[in-house]
Amino acid sequence: MSQIQNQIWAPPRLSMRWWPVFRRNFLVWQKLAIPSLVGNIAEPLMWLVAFGYGLGALVGQVEHGGEKVPYILFLASGSICMSAMNAATFEALYSAFSRIHVQKTWDGIMNAPVRLDDVVLAEMLWAAFKALFTVTAILGVMLGLGISHSPKLLVAWPVLLGVGITFSCMALIFNALAKGYDFFTYYFTLFLTPMMFLSGIFFPRDQLPPFVRLVADWLPLSAAVDLVRPLFMDRWPEHALRHGLVLLVFSAASFWVALALTRRRFRG
Amino acid sequence: MTTPLLSVKHLVKRYGDQTVVDDLSFHIEPGECLGVIGPNGAGKTTTIRMCLGLAEPDGGDIAYFDDQRMPRDALDIKAQLGVVAQMDTLDPDFTAAENLLVFGRYFGLPDAVIRERIPQLLEFAALSHKGNAKPGQLSGGMKRRLSLARALINQPRLLLLDEPTTGLDPQARHLMWERLQVLLQEGKSILLTTHFMDEAERLCDRLLVLDHGRKIAEGRPRDLIAQHLEPEVVEVFGQGATALAQEAALRALAVRIEVSGETVFFYTENSRTLLDALQAWPQQRTLHRPSNLEDLFLKLTGRQIREDA
Repeated sequence: MSQIQNQIWAPPRLSMRWWPVFRRNFLVWQKLAIPSLVGNIAEPLMWLVAFGYGLGALVGQVEHGGEKVPYILFLASGSICMSAMNAATFEALYSAFSRIHVQKTWDGIMNAPVRLDDVVLAEMLWAAFKALFTVTAILGVMLGLGISHSPKLLVAWPVLLGVGITFSCMALIFNALAKGYDFFTYYFTLFLTPMMFLSGIFFPRDQLPPFVRLVADWLPLSAAVDLVRPLFMDRWPEHALRHGLVLLVFSAASFWVALALTRRRFRG
Repeated sequence: MTTPLLSVKHLVKRYGDQTVVDDLSFHIEPGECLGVIGPNGAGKTTTIRMCLGLAEPDGGDIAYFDDQRMPRDALDIKAQLGVVAQMDTLDPDFTAAENLLVFGRYFGLPDAVIRERIPQLLEFAALSHKGNAKPGQLSGGMKRRLSLARALINQPRLLLLDEPTTGLDPQARHLMWERLQVLLQEGKSILLTTHFMDEAERLCDRLLVLDHGRKIAEGRPRDLIAQHLEPEVVEVFGQGATALAQEAALRALAVRIEVSGETVFFYTENSRTLLDALQAWPQQRTLHRPSNLEDLFLKLTGRQIREDA
């Protein structure tokens, strides 16, 4: 038993064989890119319009980093992290689950010389790519609306890819545990939705009671927001190393757990 | 003697305290078609899964080709295998041709090589006119043939086919058999599991009969029949036929008698006298035929329906 446990928790064995699996997903997506794009950016834009312009008119300006910024900028710079989170999560939960269970795509792939570890890696990177794609489209719209013209947005872009990776790794844990689509509701209700409200996307985290802040400060979405928001205002983030480490630790730990649980699931 | 392509020794698999594969040994020679038959739950699919490294054996040894071991050399081995699983795993979003392209990439084949093979494979699968159709637009038989074509994309040395014709109509099944025969004539080697005794008899050089995870017989289909069965069978059915099984006059003429449902099976070395004797019951219908693999299968594994079937 312990030997099997050891195999399940063995370090990831990764190779470049993930690439044809990633390409497979890319080829499917190419066929559906336009409808998929509409779905991916419509919702974040509605948030932006409803809250940014609607609520923004009431709130006016928000204090950030010692200066007053328009609420729409405050919201846009936070909600783009939420968009990266959501895009990666949806892909790594619903779409990956369909590929595993409904279409049996993974079963087919594993009859070819591709290791399960590489398939999981491919799914993880694919979901992160989807997040990057969504984020790019939204950034384009934000630039068009003139919300920010900071040149540091070029740095925000790879950071948001990192955010996609973190949430894709986390979602794959729940993908490995799920028996059906309904299970994902727990993940959204118990983890993602609270995180969305606690990570300083809609209001500064100083508004939270101190004991809640204690937890909220270490959430991966908070780290993402703290890294990305200043870049929208053409400033460098404070404690960038700490926030980067939070994302890195969440990614690495989640990927390992997700891989172990997926191995357990596929072990006959 | 040539080196076998696949040699399985003392394979064991347990799920909890249930042993689903029990000390199973077999091998496949180059150019051979080995059939694995057995009732549902006999351990056929589990054996294939272990041979593919998808399930971990609890004991035994699986060696391929040039002394490569599963699971240690899984990737090396799979690069030379073609697999058709029981369930189709075709990509529903891709056309037939794209399915082949994408699958070939998993083997690390360059696109140019794959694209060269695609028309040949589609032709082989009698799908040349369906290259741009998606699996959803294909019939069951077409999907199975596309799965077979996909399994050939890497020009495998050995094919593992898990119930390749289950669920197909007779036309589609015959076309599949014909395609598999072509592969065998080309010198390919095949491991095949099946529920269809005519399929096993038609395609397989050798058979392995499994029941409860154990090998209960192995050999050439004709030899197995000769070894385990009387050469002829007279089936008698109709109202009250089962009572005939107790008729002393008939019992004396049969080597073995089986009753299943409303039918009596008289196994005999010489059917002539038995058929003459049956004239005394003109209302009964009779079917006289040589004994076949199905008789063998039912003799070895019993006629009762399995609980998990």
